[in-house]
Amino acid sequence: MVPMSTRHILLGLLATGPSHGYDLKRRHDERFPQARPLAYGQVYTTLQRLVRDGLAEVEGTDSDGGPERTVYRSTDDGSSELSRWAGEIAPPAPFVTNEIFAKVVVSILSNGDPDAYLRAQRTAHMERMRELTAVKTAKDADLATVLSADYALNHLDADLRWMTTTAARLTTLTAEVDAA
Amino acid sequence: MSNNGGTPVPLLAGRDLARKHGRTQALRGASLELHTGEILAVTGTSGSGKSTLLHCLAGIVRPDQGSVVYAGQRLDQLPEKRLSVLRRTDFGVVFQFGQLIPELTAQDNVALPLMLAGTARTQAHARAGEWLERFGVRGQEELRPGELSGGQAQRVALARALVTGPKVVFADEPTGALDSLATEQVMTALVHAVRESGTSVLLITHDAQVAAYADREVRLIDGAVAAEVAA
Repeated sequence: MVPMSTRHILLGLLATGPSHGYDLKRRHDERFPQARPLAYGQVYTTLQRLVRDGLAEVEGTDSDGGPERTVYRSTDDGSSELSRWAGEIAPPAPFVTNEIFAKVVVSILSNGDPDAYLRAQRTAHMERMRELTAVKTAKDADLATVLSADYALNHLDADLRWMTTTAARLTTLTAEVDAA
Repeated sequence: MSNNGGTPVPLLAGRDLARKHGRTQALRGASLELHTGEILAVTGTSGSGKSTLLHCLAGIVRPDQGSVVYAGQRLDQLPEKRLSVLRRTDFGVVFQFGQLIPELTAQDNVALPLMLAGTARTQAHARAGEWLERFGVRGQEELRPGELSGGQAQRVALARALVTGPKVVFADEPTGALDSLATEQVMTALVHAVRESGTSVLLITHDAQVAAYADREVRLIDGAVAAEVAA
């Protein structure tokens, strides 16, 4: 899987105005609720690299009664880099490197029980889909939550469709082998 | 609800159900239990026997073998007259296409089951209006099914299935003809409504995203329930 570009996501968050690292981390976790939360360390390292590359700059400091924080803002180069990245096409999954796929293939090769594995995996997928559906249909769910749950649900559903077809193909395959 | 063993007694249970359609054995020993307030998804590929199972459990057809027990009585042995009364009082049914009566307005469609059960017209209309509102189709009461979108028509059909306060709603691919946003609206409305009323739902679907609205999934393969495998 192609890693998410933290630098571009931070540039995106800075597009709404200057901000400090702590605030950027909080807003990231809010906007991408089902994503892995950003570590503070990663936010600061990324901000320093953005400054080094001329895509962001330090606007000043903000203490707001608490500890002093460095406030960053996007530069013009940062804005054009952001729009270049946002419009760039993501490669449509050039390689199949999925664990479920690999397990089924290995299981067939080693005379294992791919069918039992597929059924157990389906149970786990359905459980996760029920959790995501509950999150999405909660009366107070905000748009970011709904969008990220939808994204996850559609990917799990794609796995399930492949698993269902594969289970059906395995039945045919076994019948053919048994008949031979 | 529990018996002396502490195991909850299912509201509806089918045991070892077999049913033939012509020369096709649609069900071969399918068993399942539906509990009070539970939303149960029955999934499986086309031809796995899902709809036949629903028809047997809802008392629409009688199984060739096996039993259907609903609230302590053998549905498969009930005389037709009593069965049809029970279907009207305790069950609600929704299919892929809502089967609304095209000549009647949305509100008349929803009010109809109440009026057939003897409720006065004004009262039936008021109740129908409440259910249409709950399903987010307020303002379309006077439209006829042909003037509604697919999603609106299915929500009207659900309102009609729930207006009499059934104990069980049987839904056979209720979102089968809808796009994903309309599906979401229909399913969200259904789940919120039945959670409030404590109605049980037997939901037939081939769509995993629809099945994910249910509490549990039972998978049919070749007319029988697939063994559960722990994740």
